[in-house]
Amino acid sequence: MDLIAPQYPEGLGMLIRIDGVDGLKPNDLQSINGLNHYIGMKTIEPESIPELRYMRWILAGLIVAGLAVAALRRRVPLYLYSVLLVAVMAVGLWDYWRWGYDYGHDLDHEHAIIKIQGMSYSPPVIGRKKLLNFTATSWPSTGGIAFGLAGGLVLWASWTSRRRAEAA
Amino acid sequence: MSFLTRSRLLFGAGALTVLGLGYACAGRGSGSLAGTAEMAQRVYVAPGEKDELYAFLSGGFGGQLGVYGLPSGRLLRTIPVFSQHAENGYGYNEETKAMLETSYGFVPWDDLHHTALSQTQGDDDGRWIFVNGNNTPRVARIDLTTFETTEILEIPNAGGNHASPFVTGNTEYIVSSTRFSIPVPNRDVPIDEYKKFFKGQISFITADQPGKMDIAFQLIVPGFNYDLARAGKGPSDGWMFFTSYNSEQANTLLEVNASQNDKDYIAAVNYRAAEACAKAGKGVRAPAEYRHNIFDEFSRIARSERMTSVLQIQAAACPGSIYFLPTPKSPHGADVDPTGEYIVAGGKLATVIPVHSATKMLKAIADRQFEGELEGIPVLKYESTLAGEVQEPGLGPLHTEFDGKGFAYTSMFISSEVVKWNVETRQVVDRAPTFYSVGHLMIPGGATRHPYGRYVLAMNKITKDRYLPTGPELTQSAQLYDITGEKMKLLLDFPTQGEPHYANAIDAKKVVDRQVKFYKLAENRHPMVSRSERETGVERAGRVVHVRMTAIRSHFAPDNIEGVQVGDTVLVHVTNLEQDWDVPHGFAILGANTSELLIMPGETRTLRWIPRKPGVYPMYCTDFCSALHQEMQGYVRVSPAGSTVALTANTRRGAQARGTN
Repeated sequence: MDLIAPQYPEGLGMLIRIDGVDGLKPNDLQSINGLNHYIGMKTIEPESIPELRYMRWILAGLIVAGLAVAALRRRVPLYLYSVLLVAVMAVGLWDYWRWGYDYGHDLDHEHAIIKIQGMSYSPPVIGRKKLLNFTATSWPSTGGIAFGLAGGLVLWASWTSRRRAEAA
Repeated sequence: MSFLTRSRLLFGAGALTVLGLGYACAGRGSGSLAGTAEMAQRVYVAPGEKDELYAFLSGGFGGQLGVYGLPSGRLLRTIPVFSQHAENGYGYNEETKAMLETSYGFVPWDDLHHTALSQTQGDDDGRWIFVNGNNTPRVARIDLTTFETTEILEIPNAGGNHASPFVTGNTEYIVSSTRFSIPVPNRDVPIDEYKKFFKGQISFITADQPGKMDIAFQLIVPGFNYDLARAGKGPSDGWMFFTSYNSEQANTLLEVNASQNDKDYIAAVNYRAAEACAKAGKGVRAPAEYRHNIFDEFSRIARSERMTSVLQIQAAACPGSIYFLPTPKSPHGADVDPTGEYIVAGGKLATVIPVHSATKMLKAIADRQFEGELEGIPVLKYESTLAGEVQEPGLGPLHTEFDGKGFAYTSMFISSEVVKWNVETRQVVDRAPTFYSVGHLMIPGGATRHPYGRYVLAMNKITKDRYLPTGPELTQSAQLYDITGEKMKLLLDFPTQGEPHYANAIDAKKVVDRQVKFYKLAENRHPMVSRSERETGVERAGRVVHVRMTAIRSHFAPDNIEGVQVGDTVLVHVTNLEQDWDVPHGFAILGANTSELLIMPGETRTLRWIPRKPGVYPMYCTDFCSALHQEMQGYVRVSPAGSTVALTANTRRGAQARGTN
């Protein structure tokens, strides 16, 4: 996620991985947290997000299961696997949205320095959004793209295998 | 009227300088050589664009170094070196005061004359720039990663460090030589016994190790005035050329008495031969008191070391280390061309520009073409080293720089112009007026093996009518000329600070990538650092109160302090917790008898304050840091001496649980 503002032409950025959150530059996360207090947003502390601890095991399980399905060369497990993969993807995106919503809405109105009636600060899940003086842009990185491609490939495999089965 | 008759008239009038100025002012208007639009196009740096070059202009009697962008001429920064700088607390705060310590005590001002960029293999490398203080002899190193003065070395046995800090091709040495000869060691003697007691000295200072500048050796030479210097290269590699004047050794009314001899000298120093003498034990470790001030990279605190001796070599005791080259009439600049073959001297009162040849000099030394000796130093025959003279160059030649395409550019103080001439043929090919009375001039990289060329910058001593007037004290001025074509073209006229004597400019690319954007908090080794608000607090040790404070957008912690008493020495150690570029915080307290602090991200700075009256004293951030900058403030309560009010401070821990910690 990139944050660009007039006074941050070089941008601040966060790299959100399955097992952690880092600044794109060494002090970006610290700077973002420094700015968050103006709007009463909580500090972003990767340790307080439990998903970051177990997401990697879910993904590892998916990879192992995927390899097993490929080795089995059977249609039904493939269908089940594609449903599972798409479901995990959807839940993952929903979870990402939910955390964004939580940070953007659970504001400390009592101590916030800048209070704007009706304003919330959920970042975009994918795409671009204006948040006060910042333009926030969120795009999947290498891992996310690979995950999407995997989903696409599995769906395509299911589709072609079904057509071949129908033809036969 | 031909040039020659005009010059004769001036000499005949006997008021050379005054009339020379009159001529300069009356004769040269503001006629532009290029169309205004074309000139503007060449120097205009559009919003968002950056300059092509960094230019470092000496601040003269301001004691500081100016950083300008070229070709725009915009002032980017003033780097404090030898003078206190209230704007950022240099020389006022506890961490930097030691930089201005000398053997004479704290000297908060100097006359910063010349600049020398560090070199690698004869070309500017963008690591450091060296400068000299003329009045209380010093040299300084400025680190171009931070644009800060990081080291100052005082020079003993010097009276006016003028021929300094010129650098050798791999920054092995920078030099220092005395402008005013003085008794060595300095002592109480009658001034009119000048010839008996007064000596000159030429020092070579090791410079390639940051924090370790040291006087390698000091050559004791005849009591002339040593003026400027330049290192050799190519055929003159291993030599350093110093101009001298007052070979008459006058001690009064020098303007007359030091202008008697038809020729003065360039002192050609073979520093490798002098090095060998130093190694062979031909010098003595003479007692000398001077200071070496070093700025620690991690604590960011300066310390001053007291030095007690210096290695001295009597020039006569080290044969082959120094020769005198006769040079007409009180030479000023000694400049070596990019090939290293030619050594050009600017004789202030000379009617020609002499050009010495390095190969002829080496041959003359081998053939012992001496016309005599001065205090044991061989004097070469003028003709034996001369490549030729530039005839009728103008009036008052001072300094010469080179464009790397075979041309030299000499500043003419009295006739107020820059004169371009061919180094090989020594024919004048162009001249351009300056406004007015150009002293030094500078071509980017003009002192290196590969000049960057493109521009020449004239630095003028007199401004007169060039800008909106500002009372009796006017700004100094500089003019930028395009030198890419056959004819010089005036591009820009811009005001400068102090009195720039010399400057260097360097391709911005060599400096930009080295920039430090902030100091890492984790590497801060200041003994009073607070790396987070949890480490802040107050502490009393007798009559001294230490306050450890942090600054972050937009508050101080603590911001309320009570229990300070009248007469306490309060030391407020403020750490800037930011870790982002361009977020300094400032700090000031009502009635403190010193400057503010300006604290860069990640560093700690200390303000000393002795409150004199009971009351409540506001403190605040002076550098606009954020939208809530005006709220960045606090109070210190001062009670009468002996009061029972306990020393306390709120550190805001828990006061705002979210967002900050």
